[in-house]
Amino acid sequence: MRVADRKARSPQEVSQAISLSRRNFIRTVTGAASAAAFFGPAAVRGLAAPKNRKAVVVTFGGGARDDETFMPDGQENIPHLLKELIPQATFLTNVVNKGILGHYVATASIVTGAYETFDNFAAVSPNNPTVFEYFRRDLKRPATDTWVVAPSNGFARIGESGNKAYGAGLGAGVILPKRLLSSALTAADGARYQHLLRDNYETPLYAPSLTGRQIELDQMAELLKISVEDFTSHARNLASPDELSVYIAKQLMRELAPSLLWITLHDIDIAHSGTFSLYINGIQRTDRLCAELWQTIQKEPEYANRTTMFILPDFGRDSDIDSGGNGFQHHRTGDAVSRTTWMMVLGPEIKQNVVVDRSVESTDLIPTLGAYFGFDPRLSTGKRIAEVV
Amino acid sequence: MLPDQLTPASFDRYPPEARRLATAQIALLRRLPLAFLPLLLRELIVYDWKFPAERVDLDRQFKYLGTLAAGPFQAAMAAFAQLKLTDALEQIDWVNAPAIFSEQLSAHLWATHQIDAFRTAAVDYMRKAEASAPDPPMPTHRLGIAIIGQGVANNEYRLFRKLRLQGVYFTQVKPGDGVRLLLEAARLRAEAYPVPYGHWYIDGGAAAAVSGSLTRLSYAALSGPRATLQSRMQKTYEAAVFDPEAFRTMLAQIKPEEAGLASGGDPVLNRFELSLLTEGSGTQVFSTTFVQWAAREALRRAQPMTLVTRYAPRQREKQMNELLAEHQHPPELDPQGSLIDADMGAYYTWVNQQRLPGDDQSAFLAWFEDHGEAVAIAPSLERGTRSDAPIDLADLVARLA
Repeated sequence: MRVADRKARSPQEVSQAISLSRRNFIRTVTGAASAAAFFGPAAVRGLAAPKNRKAVVVTFGGGARDDETFMPDGQENIPHLLKELIPQATFLTNVVNKGILGHYVATASIVTGAYETFDNFAAVSPNNPTVFEYFRRDLKRPATDTWVVAPSNGFARIGESGNKAYGAGLGAGVILPKRLLSSALTAADGARYQHLLRDNYETPLYAPSLTGRQIELDQMAELLKISVEDFTSHARNLASPDELSVYIAKQLMRELAPSLLWITLHDIDIAHSGTFSLYINGIQRTDRLCAELWQTIQKEPEYANRTTMFILPDFGRDSDIDSGGNGFQHHRTGDAVSRTTWMMVLGPEIKQNVVVDRSVESTDLIPTLGAYFGFDPRLSTGKRIAEVV
Repeated sequence: MLPDQLTPASFDRYPPEARRLATAQIALLRRLPLAFLPLLLRELIVYDWKFPAERVDLDRQFKYLGTLAAGPFQAAMAAFAQLKLTDALEQIDWVNAPAIFSEQLSAHLWATHQIDAFRTAAVDYMRKAEASAPDPPMPTHRLGIAIIGQGVANNEYRLFRKLRLQGVYFTQVKPGDGVRLLLEAARLRAEAYPVPYGHWYIDGGAAAAVSGSLTRLSYAALSGPRATLQSRMQKTYEAAVFDPEAFRTMLAQIKPEEAGLASGGDPVLNRFELSLLTEGSGTQVFSTTFVQWAAREALRRAQPMTLVTRYAPRQREKQMNELLAEHQHPPELDPQGSLIDADMGAYYTWVNQQRLPGDDQSAFLAWFEDHGEAVAIAPSLERGTRSDAPIDLADLVARLA
C-alpha cells in the first residue's frame, strides 16, 4: 500500500471524518448525547446562572492532534478531559481554524474573532479589536476585570489591538509568567532555572522585544499580593512553564477575580523538537492542568456557579501521512488534521454531556462570548455558537 | 528581477554542474512564473551535491517541462502564475538565494490565504512530472530495519502500536547477536546490489563496525560539527539584537568545512549531514530526532534500497540554552523516553518508505533491541496479526531480505 493512496480524500472529507471519529469516541467513553437531543432530557442543565457571569478561556496548546488525544491510542493521555470534564460539557467535535497556523497569530485570531494575517514572529498587536476591548468598552469594565496569562514574550501584545477605534487603554493586562520569573531570579539562579524560560518552541532562538502592556515584577507582587520571594520559591517546585501559568492564574482568580480570564497553555509545543515522548508528556500535563483550573473555579467563591470555561486548542498538528510535514513534529502543512480541532464548554448555563457535530470555526468563540456577556464583537467575522449561548 | 530577465551570467555564482544545467535550460527557465521558478532553482543550485535519485528526478522535471507544447505548458503553470505575489518578493535575489525566497513566499502565501491553492498546484505538478517518465524497475525490493530501545531493560509502553496494523507482531523473537546480524543482512544486500547511496546505516549513538559498502551516519561521529553549529547558534542567541532572518541565512550559508565536516570526505554526504543539522528541528540536540529526520531525508532524497536505523538513548530534556551548551556538561540520558520517541520514529520511517516507488513489494522490520518484540511487514505477511511462536531474529530478517 502506498501512503499517497490514503490521501485521496478532500480536506472537507478528512475534517468530517475527524469529527465523526471524535464524536463516536466521546459517545463510547462518556455516553454523550448529540445536539439532536439538545432540547431533550439528555441535556442536563446546571443551576440557574447569576447575572454577574464570568468566563475562563483556556487554549489547550500549542497544538495537539486527535491521534494523541481523542483517538483510541490517545485516550490514556487525557483522562481528566474524558472522565471529569466532558461528562459536564457541551463538546464541539469539529472546530476548524482557517487561518495561519502559528501560535501567536492563531491565538490572536481566536482572541479577535477574525483571521489575523501578521507575521507570527513579529512583535505586533492584532489588527482587529480583541475580545478584551469589546468586553471593557461595551460593558464599561475596569482594566482589572480582564487578564491574559500567556506563555512567552511573543504574546506580549495579545491583550490589546492596534485598531484605532479600540486599542490603547481598553485592552487586558498581560502576564508573562516566564518573563517575571526570569526577572525575579538572581543571575546565579537564572542558569539553574533556565529550563522554565525558553520563549517558545516554534523557533527556539527567537527572542522578541517586549512592547506590550505586560506587567512587571513589582506590579505583579502588588496586584497578586505575592512577594517576589514567594513567587520564586513556588516556581522552584514546578516542572514546566504551563504549571507556572496556572499558578499565576489561580493567584489572579483569588486576588482580582477577573470576569474574563484568558490562559494560553503551551507546553505541548515541545513537539517541535521531534521528541514524541516529551510531546505526550505535555499533553498529559495540559490535561491535568485543565482539570485543576475547573476545580479551582468550583472552589473559589467568586467563580463557583457563575463561570463558564471554554477549552480549545489553537489548532492541531500535521498528520502522519502528509508528505509536506513530519507528522506530530510541526504544524506547517495546513492540512485538514492540523486545522481541525475541538472545543469544550462547561458551566452552570451549559448543557451537559452534549456533542455538537456541525462544523464551527475557532473565530466563532468571540461572538459566543459576546452573546454570553452582552457585548458586540462588531468586527469579528465569526458567528455565535447557538448550542452554547 | 523577473524570470524573463535571466541571462547565463545570472548563474555565475552557481557550482559548476548546476551552472551548466541552468545555462542549458535557460530558455525554459525564462518562461516559468516567479511563484514556481525559485523553488526549482532551490533544487538546481545544489545539483552538484545531489544524490543520484535526486538528479534523476530533477532531470525528469526539466524533460517534462521542456517537452510540453505551448498550451499544456501554460496549463501546467497556470495555477502558479495566478498566485498574487508582491514587489518585495521580486526584489529578493531569488537566483542566488532561492531558499530565502522560498521561506518568504511561504509566509506570503499563508498571510494571503493562497497556501492551499499553492499546495494543490504543487501536488498536481509533481504528480504529472512523475507520471511523465515512470521510475525504472528496482534490482530488488526495498528493506527498512529499525532497531529501537537500546539501554531499556523493562518497558511498559505498548510498543509498535501503529506498525502492528501493517504486519505481524512477534512476541517471542530470539535476538541472538541481533544488531550484528541485522547489519550483516544489510551488508549482503549492499554487495549483491551495488548502487551508489543505495544502502544506508544511521545510528543515534556511535556506529557499529560495518563494511564500507553501506553509507554510514552516526550522531556520535557528528559531535564536532554539532558543537560548532551549537556554538554559532548560541552566539546569535546572545547577541543584543536577534534577527531571525539573518540567523536562518547564516545557517543556510555555512559550508561543510566551516562546520568541521571532513574536507577530504564525500562532498555529497558532507552536504547531506550538514543539512540534517542546519535544516532539521531538534536534530542538533536530541539523537532520537536526528535518527528519525536523517532516515526521512535519506528516503526522500537518496531513495535507498536498504536502510537500517538504530536509536540510542537521547539526553534528558533541558532548557534550550543548556542543550546548546551540551559540550560543557555531560548530559543525563533518558532511555525510556527515547524508546517512545523511537517507536514513533520507526513508524514514520515505514511511512516514508511507503511513499517511494516499489511500495507494494517493500519490507520492514522494527525490533526492540535485545528483547523479544518485533514487527515484520512484507507483502507475504498478513497484516494486523500476531505470532507468539518463538522465532530467531536471523530467520525473521532472512524472510524479509
